[in-house]
Amino acid sequence: MVPILLGRIQTRIFLLAIVGSAVTALLTPVLPGDGALADRYRTTFIVLAAVAVLGIGWELLYHLLMQFRWEKDWPSLFGLLSGVPEAIVLWLLLDAELVPGIAAAPPLAAFVVHFAVVWVAVWLAANGPMRVPFLRWRFRGGRLT
Amino acid sequence: MQAGELTPALLGAATWSDAMVEAAGIPVVDVPFVSVGGGIGSFVTVDYLRIAGVPVSDIRVLSNIDHPWQTYQYLTRVSQIPERERIRSDSSSRPDNIWGFPSYALSEAWRDRTLRPLVHVLGEPLFADYWTPRAGDVFAGMRRESARIGYEQMRVTGVVRLVRRREQGGYFTILTPPAGSGPTKRVAYRSRFVHLAVGYPGLRFLPDLQAYREQHSDFQRVVNAYEPHEHVYEFLKTRPGTVLVRGGGIVASRVLQRLMDDRERHGLQTTVVHLFRTFVTGAHGPHLWARRKGGDGFAYQGFNYPKSVWGGQLKARMRRLDGEERAALYREMGGTNTPKRRRWQQQMRKGRVEGWYRASQGTVQKVWPDTDGTLVSLVDGDAGSQEIRADYIIDCTGLEADIAEHRVLADLLEHGGAGRNPLGRLEVERHFEVKGTASGDGALYASGATTLGGYFPGVDTFLGLQVAAQEIADDLARRGWCRRIGPVRSTAQWVRWVLGRPV
Repeated sequence: MVPILLGRIQTRIFLLAIVGSAVTALLTPVLPGDGALADRYRTTFIVLAAVAVLGIGWELLYHLLMQFRWEKDWPSLFGLLSGVPEAIVLWLLLDAELVPGIAAAPPLAAFVVHFAVVWVAVWLAANGPMRVPFLRWRFRGGRLT
Repeated sequence: MQAGELTPALLGAATWSDAMVEAAGIPVVDVPFVSVGGGIGSFVTVDYLRIAGVPVSDIRVLSNIDHPWQTYQYLTRVSQIPERERIRSDSSSRPDNIWGFPSYALSEAWRDRTLRPLVHVLGEPLFADYWTPRAGDVFAGMRRESARIGYEQMRVTGVVRLVRRREQGGYFTILTPPAGSGPTKRVAYRSRFVHLAVGYPGLRFLPDLQAYREQHSDFQRVVNAYEPHEHVYEFLKTRPGTVLVRGGGIVASRVLQRLMDDRERHGLQTTVVHLFRTFVTGAHGPHLWARRKGGDGFAYQGFNYPKSVWGGQLKARMRRLDGEERAALYREMGGTNTPKRRRWQQQMRKGRVEGWYRASQGTVQKVWPDTDGTLVSLVDGDAGSQEIRADYIIDCTGLEADIAEHRVLADLLEHGGAGRNPLGRLEVERHFEVKGTASGDGALYASGATTLGGYFPGVDTFLGLQVAAQEIADDLARRGWCRRIGPVRSTAQWVRWVLGRPV
């Protein structure tokens, strides 16, 4: 991918909203954990929103790091692996009860499965299928508007 | 004068009326959109328009080649990329698929029932060289797409002589059909839109090599990599010899690979002397955020431009620049370069250790044949003057001729209102309309190598041609001539592509 900063942010928010929400909606009932389904949904969707909001900061960092690359590109593998630090930081925030709207962190296993499945789905969508409806997206550095 | 020939009155007038053309006896064909060239540039543009819903009857491609990939196929073959070899192009740069999905890697994985191409793409460029498609697969894909969009029905054979503005708007494109194929020498295509995709204007030889060839009428031992030179490799199979390779780009790498592959495969004793005008010793660039890798003479880059010209930061930056600022950014990211492929590195390392591959820096002052027939090159370099003796010289510098060498472009510069950009090529708008050539409600577009130096770099690449095609198609939609491809049409058409159904 050869994103520009605005394109990174727009793509992240868009794909999390569409692909991330769909995956979360399907996955939440089968994730480990107890409590009412509505509460579990509330938690997973707040986690999803947190990935989007914190992501704006992450994208700024990735954009800065990308400047050291001559090609100003962001290899697919970077896009996949950057999920690891993002997941760790988000988990630490959840564990420290610093994520608004979530009083107690979900079970670690539920978080890991949810985060990983959403991340991979979004990453896969960004690496090909996204270009099908949005013909101009790849030539605009990931901008949708 | 032969019937239907260009008259002095026509040749002298920048704008023609219908009556003038009629008076000259030139038959007129009406069609809204004409693409001149018929190579991959025309193909990709027409592909976009067909997918946008433009019918076959509204488009004509005027061309002197039989299929769009013909010239490319010829050039890749002579410059040592047979069909089974992989070209230097990204997996998702598909001239036969405007979406770039599935990528070539995904298609190859699906066809061969293997995950290897996908794992390779995932690891590039860190753990593997860039994955690139096989030349043969690229041609096969275009053949399939060509049939799907009815390309053959749009193609008209002939040589385009010139394009002139029409008084009432639009243009006349004068085609010379094959001799004897029609009652007149010329045919005029009257259209609202013209698209020029005439490719590289031609090759230019290094001055010292040109002088040698002319003076000694020797076209056998001093060759350009873009002309057939198989005899060099054949000769080297018969006796040990020395080859001087000049240039540090992708073509030089290909020629070196062929020489080194042959050496290995047939146990030859070929010696290779490699001459760089600019010898790169390491990472280079103006500042920390603009450093390209390099070493052993080469500047290393995956593709012929930094990747972000095709959609990222460089594309966005260049789009805002004009004049000297634009030229400066072209200089910063330009320069001859080649990918750092593991196989090539390994071969050259072996050559250096065994003493049959030697690289040096310098510019050649003169080339002459010695009494024993050996070619002697007098080279001035950072390390002083030296004489390099070789049996063959292969020029891989890939110098290109001026755009005015092309008759249609020369005429456009002289009569059509076109001008040059900061790099001396045809100046186009951000939507690839040639500046200064508008005619009534018509527009004249250009894409490909002739527009290098514009707001969008990377024009002479598969993806660059698609960027241009998209801009042109969108501009035509803004003018109300065709539909803009939105998400729904795009998806529906993609499904048709996957199923191999006509657009």
